[in-house]
Amino acid sequence: MKPLLRMSLISKRFPGVQALDDASLEVLPGEIHALLGENGAGKSTLIKILSGAQQPDSGTIEFGGQSVTFVSPHDAQRRGIVTIYQEFTLTPNMTIAENVFIGREPGLGVFVDWRKMASETRAITKRLGLELQPMSIVRGLSVAEQQMVEIARALSMKSRLIVMDEPTSALSSAEVEKLFRIIRELKAHGLSIIFVTHRLEEVMQICDRYTVLRDGRLVGSGAIANTTIDGIIRLMVGRQVNALFAHREKTPAGDVVLAVEGLNRRGNAQDQNASVLADVGFEVHRGEILGVAGLVGAGRTEMARVVFGADPFDSGRVFVDGRQVRIRSPQDAIRHGIGLVPEDRKQQALFLALAVRVNLSMASHQRIMRWGVFMDETAERAMVEEFRKRLNIRMASPEQLIASLSGGNQQKVTLARWLALRPKVLIVDEPTRGIDIVAKVEVHNLLFEMARSGIAVVAISSELPEVLAISDRIIAMREGRISGEIKGENATEEVLLSMMTLSAKAA
Amino acid sequence: MTESVHSEAQAPAKTDVFGFLARFAPLIFLIVLMTGFAIGEPRFLTPLNLFNILRQVSIYGLLAVGMTFVILTAGIDLSIGSLVAFAGLVAAAVSKGGVSNRFTVGAGQEAASYGWYLAALAAIGVGLAGGFLQGFAITRLKVPPFVVTLGGMSAFRGGALLFAAGGPISGFEPNFVWMGQGRVLGEVPVPVVIFVAFAVLAHVVLRYTRYGRQIYAVGGNPEAARLSGLNVRAVITSVYVIMGFFAGLGAFVLAARLNSAEAVAGTGYELTVIASVVIGGTSLFGGVGTIFGTVIGTILIGVLLNGLVLMNVSAYVQQIIIGIIIVLAVAFDTFAKSRRRVG
Repeated sequence: MKPLLRMSLISKRFPGVQALDDASLEVLPGEIHALLGENGAGKSTLIKILSGAQQPDSGTIEFGGQSVTFVSPHDAQRRGIVTIYQEFTLTPNMTIAENVFIGREPGLGVFVDWRKMASETRAITKRLGLELQPMSIVRGLSVAEQQMVEIARALSMKSRLIVMDEPTSALSSAEVEKLFRIIRELKAHGLSIIFVTHRLEEVMQICDRYTVLRDGRLVGSGAIANTTIDGIIRLMVGRQVNALFAHREKTPAGDVVLAVEGLNRRGNAQDQNASVLADVGFEVHRGEILGVAGLVGAGRTEMARVVFGADPFDSGRVFVDGRQVRIRSPQDAIRHGIGLVPEDRKQQALFLALAVRVNLSMASHQRIMRWGVFMDETAERAMVEEFRKRLNIRMASPEQLIASLSGGNQQKVTLARWLALRPKVLIVDEPTRGIDIVAKVEVHNLLFEMARSGIAVVAISSELPEVLAISDRIIAMREGRISGEIKGENATEEVLLSMMTLSAKAA
Repeated sequence: MTESVHSEAQAPAKTDVFGFLARFAPLIFLIVLMTGFAIGEPRFLTPLNLFNILRQVSIYGLLAVGMTFVILTAGIDLSIGSLVAFAGLVAAAVSKGGVSNRFTVGAGQEAASYGWYLAALAAIGVGLAGGFLQGFAITRLKVPPFVVTLGGMSAFRGGALLFAAGGPISGFEPNFVWMGQGRVLGEVPVPVVIFVAFAVLAHVVLRYTRYGRQIYAVGGNPEAARLSGLNVRAVITSVYVIMGFFAGLGAFVLAARLNSAEAVAGTGYELTVIASVVIGGTSLFGGVGTIFGTVIGTILIGVLLNGLVLMNVSAYVQQIIIGIIIVLAVAFDTFAKSRRRVG
């Protein structure tokens, strides 16, 4: 059969990263095709190129036998390729019908033909077997229903290929079944679906063929019938563990410093009843590095923010040094010796318009004050100099704006901000995101040094090789729960991936 | 590696040249303006005239010092003109010996007066209370500052009109009036001394204290400030209390200078004051700005208005010019901000 879509030798480079390196993808007419790979393997970039949101540096795309180039999402949609992203693009205060036909409203001139819009919307939803009123407002719909509106919009555009990015990540199992029924319906009508997911069980259940990317390259492709979950995981992982990752002598862990029991939190931005954290419990010991693995959205960052007092929680208990503590704000957490290096440096950690010196000392003002009121800038400069040497922070002067440092040096300043406070527990969320390989190794060595000095380190990372290289012990999270725990020396990427992706009953 | 070191070494130098210009642009503009006036009008540069200009701007200046704290946290306070009127009336009534005999006219009232210091305390008390209420609404009820203080602008003006019941309160005891009209060291007007003293105090607070640090941090990145353990809500509430303090103090000095308080006093002050702060280089986006800049900005607007009066430009045209200045100053700030982000 001639493929509907053929993307050949697509390359795309971002500053510092080769996101795609001669990647290829073929999708046949009327098939459900799984696009697989670890975080950072290049799936998102490939989809963005296919949907016209980004342009490749090199490579060709053929669609329906013709060579095409998409310079905008509109281009791709006109050809019949529609992408449904994880974050929906619906306008919440408008009706379903308006959302389905947004930008393409039927009518005469500036006037909208509401009746036609409603009847066409009803025709599409009926075809999907859905009970949705075209004139109801989108805001009141559940996540699953909103997804159906997205699919209805795709169908109204007469699309031939629908790309779904993690469509099941926010759905209950009943809703997933319904979605799959609709996907099979679409397939029966001759549409092709690209299904991007981390849930390999679902891939086995619904997909016909698969493509696996790793480090921006195509590493495997074939029929689902001829492979197994293990086979796919091997393809996704199968890399040489990066020789640059530092190794260290594991030291015996000390007493439990931080213990968390039965942490629950419901409700996120999209859904008030979504279970964000469910019965999360773990312990960290003095001098230990506890790695936290999990997919994006598994609840790792949410867990860190709750323990640090940045977000509220519904129930659960936190113990520091064996005593239960009440943490209702970051100030409480800091008082009990807990620090957090957040995942988004620019938004959550840095004061871009302020000097390196001011950024570094922000959490430890108590240490450098005179008479309880004034900042002792001499002591502050001494502190900055101490950390500049210890962390090898490359800067021209402590008075330099932090915005002018490289990402790696900004991250070292953020770490120094917490080290200056001499915490008992330091939670680091994606500690090496967006920094170059040399700084990465330096940050790892710094985490080791912190553990040696007796700090309990909780390290959240989406990069499995990083988790494996730095952790004494690893917990995995999935859908807001702790889905597994393993000693660092026993862990492999395969084991972690299955803990992160398989539901409890399958694991 | 070499490349990144190279770019890191260059970046600060570029930022500094631009930062230098951004910081001293108002001062340069002020000097140019004053040179122009000095050439056109020889008497402009006499100490007496300069002190007169300073006396004219000192009430705006006190308010602008308070407004600098607010704008540094990316907030705004539109209520200050109304709060000045309300606090001024309360001070006047206290000076007259109480609410019941606030409309008694003329001399002979000294006996009934509670004294200028109690009047000053009353004005400042009203300002503090008004500021705290608004800070509370902003941080606890989570209503944006623009809306809260727009409400305050209306409510405080209404309160002032109710309190004044139609007429101005005039004729205070001599010590009270001296605070607005007196001079020390021969030529220096008392309001100028008050303005300079509080500007220096505010500069010390913002530049050298932990609290000052926290204001810049909260204004620059509130989420990062919270995650660094700062009490963001307390800091934001406090700047409106400080603004209220300066509104009360300004109201007292204004009543003293005019020897009268009335319900329509302070109308339109918010715009002149915000313009002074912004033209002095404080960013409406928060986190960037100095008291030094605000003082320069205040004097700049005072000199400009003084010059326009000398040139017989109508008060209506002055309003147009202030409106244009405020928009241009913010446009400049937006440009400066985009430059900062590049680094």
